[in-house]
Amino acid sequence: MNRPWLLWLPLAVVAFIGGLAIYGLVVPKDDMVHSAMVGRKLPEFALPPATVGIEGLSNRDLADGKPRLLNIFASWCIPCKAEAPYLDALKKSGAEIDAIAIRDKPEDVAAFLAEFGNPFRRIGSDSEMAVQLKLGSSGVPETYVVGGDGTILYQHIGDIRAEHVPMLLEKLREAQ
Amino acid sequence: MIAETGLAALWLAAAMALLQLVGGLTLLRGEGKLTPLIKPAALVQGALCVVSFASLMWLFYVTDLSVLLVASNSHIDKPLIFKLAGTWGNHEGSMLLWVSVLSLSGAAIALLEKRIDTRTLNATLAVQAFVALGFFAFLLFSSNPFERLVPAPVEGAGLNPLLQDIGLAFHPPTLYIGYVGLSVAFSFAVAAMLTRQVGPAFARAMRPWVLGAWIFLTVGITAGSYWAYYELGWGGWWFWDPVENASLMPWLAATALLHSVSVLATRNALRAWTIMLALVAFAMSMAGTFLVRSGILTSVHAFAVDPERGSFILALMLMYTSLAFLVFATRIGTVKQGEPFQIVSREGGIVANNIFLSVILAIVLIGTLYPLAAEAMGDKISVGPPYFNKATAPIALLLMVALLLGPMLRWRRDDLKRHKYWLVGFFAISLWTGVAIWRFVPGVGIFPILGLALSLALAVAAWVPLKGRKLLRTPLPVFGMVIAHFGLAVSVFGMAAESGFSRETLTALAPGESAKVADWQVKLDDVRPVVGDNWVAIEGQLIARKGGKKFTLRPQSRQFYRPEQQTSEAALLTRWNGQLYAVIAQPDENGDGRWQVRLWWKPFVTFIWFGGLLVALGGAIALLGRMFRRPKKPAVNKWARV
Repeated sequence: MNRPWLLWLPLAVVAFIGGLAIYGLVVPKDDMVHSAMVGRKLPEFALPPATVGIEGLSNRDLADGKPRLLNIFASWCIPCKAEAPYLDALKKSGAEIDAIAIRDKPEDVAAFLAEFGNPFRRIGSDSEMAVQLKLGSSGVPETYVVGGDGTILYQHIGDIRAEHVPMLLEKLREAQ
Repeated sequence: MIAETGLAALWLAAAMALLQLVGGLTLLRGEGKLTPLIKPAALVQGALCVVSFASLMWLFYVTDLSVLLVASNSHIDKPLIFKLAGTWGNHEGSMLLWVSVLSLSGAAIALLEKRIDTRTLNATLAVQAFVALGFFAFLLFSSNPFERLVPAPVEGAGLNPLLQDIGLAFHPPTLYIGYVGLSVAFSFAVAAMLTRQVGPAFARAMRPWVLGAWIFLTVGITAGSYWAYYELGWGGWWFWDPVENASLMPWLAATALLHSVSVLATRNALRAWTIMLALVAFAMSMAGTFLVRSGILTSVHAFAVDPERGSFILALMLMYTSLAFLVFATRIGTVKQGEPFQIVSREGGIVANNIFLSVILAIVLIGTLYPLAAEAMGDKISVGPPYFNKATAPIALLLMVALLLGPMLRWRRDDLKRHKYWLVGFFAISLWTGVAIWRFVPGVGIFPILGLALSLALAVAAWVPLKGRKLLRTPLPVFGMVIAHFGLAVSVFGMAAESGFSRETLTALAPGESAKVADWQVKLDDVRPVVGDNWVAIEGQLIARKGGKKFTLRPQSRQFYRPEQQTSEAALLTRWNGQLYAVIAQPDENGDGRWQVRLWWKPFVTFIWFGGLLVALGGAIALLGRMFRRPKKPAVNKWARV
């Protein structure tokens, strides 16, 4: 054989693939899907009300000069129930929160709000998850910080816990 | 007691494997006191594994819920066949199956193999036992299938409903036999390098094993593809899912190996390359097992996501592959160059086959691992069908072009002029078909057109090797080759027709309303609830009409309990020229009484699997021929002639 190094090539390939596999096993996986929309304007949408007595939501409602939180939730989602007290705390600290209910029914949303309180100004109903997808959100709950001009400034994935409340308030203040 | 018997058998089997390995090592140093023990140890090891596996099956049969594995994967209400299938429908059980097949292959070599010299045979058994030993350790130390559960639950947890399907009863074991069967080729290759016996005799000994494993892989992949087609309800038949790729890669390597081993057996050429392919084929099998069992890549098949076990399999896989390639790097230089041949020759055709198959293998491997590499560099990417289809289709078509001509060429040297009429004929068939489709059916892509054109030409070309032969005196392997190649043509025809001419309709129907797909008029007649053993479902009754004929389809949307999961059972109406495929989904939440119905007309789609089975049948015929051939005479004659 006139190119002896060639014989070691398979071994090198094995080593490379092995290295990749070890990396894949050892390094913790980030299973969250971060929205590509952060830093961009909200997409166009106009959602009907999710329940009786509370108005629906369009992107223009969010671009009226005041920074807000946009909460993506659903009455059937357990972590959404868990984060309810902290949304309440955020509201008490002065944050305005709009929401989008995903694949939900009016009576279920009403029951959810009756049980956990209503921190929301407006709630749009996204029965086909179309707006959720446009926002780059891959699950419930998620919470976006939206600037007064309708720009998405920050995406919080998963339920809001006690430690996230000051951080979200800080983000809102920065957006002023 | 049964569980303990199974566990004891497993430990003893591991001891037998160790004995073989030690025997093999002494053999290397030339002493060989333990050598006579290697063969009996291989047989006993196989028998013990059968005992162990049978014990586990028995535990699932009687639903012994004091065994952890049974409790977490079975349920007293489960139909019997699925209770039994539960034996291997989980991590521990499937690994036990894996190692059992591995041991049985070892026992079969010890029992049946009489063609190679004793030294290489013993070395082969030792390598086989070495591989088995790692997986015994894996089972015993980190995946004990016989672990007890105290206290025992009363019901059991159930089995992933997607897996409660008759397809499951046979798909994984078939694939495993194929995967693990390749271990024999691996062991043969390593042993032959160690004993410096890489030559035609070794190739002839290895060939039936490769062929056998390859048949199982072919059947397993074909069945898996059909299973995914009707069970997952997505209307596709191949998804380039990492685990599908993991079964395809060993198949590609095995297919290449099957061809190159023939060259080595008949012509004593391609020595190093054949060894290389044997190593790669089994490395790919282990990689497949690793991918399924570690959950490192997201996949519908990755049932047991467990990094620790993943690391264990990875370590085993890396150890065996690295050691094998180390032996390759240091020893293959001593293997002499094989016999020379010209490019236009049977060998040349097979080299082309090998190159194209290897390129496809590389494309699939890169595509499968790329997301992992990208993640290592901080990117999140998934590689999907657009890449795989675009990258593999042209190579696969080139492979078909080579296949038109390859089998009719002579060994060593041939002249294309000798075949000019055939060449013109194939070209004419392809051109005529291609132009006809392009001209009369608008909007069909280039690959489907080429696929149809080439598959028609191949359907003719496949039979050419029989020309001028006395059929009764033609060796069975030649028939096998012809049928397998014809099967490939049939399968590619199905793939091309399906991808070029499928029609799809997605619609919401209220009972009484109709939809149209291709030439079919489909009416939603009725929707009603139905109840199964461990599920409830809504079932749509669809009346499909075409040309005055009427057929009924009943797709279901099933809700399983324990564990809770929803699946859709597609309804298929099979005609000779295609399938009508119907899926029904639960209605919208704010429903207006309409049901979502998805309809496909897939022309000639069944040809895909029918062709795949023909390929396997061809392999089986060839295997019969190899097994029942009088061992010496024909091979020696053929060899002497050239």
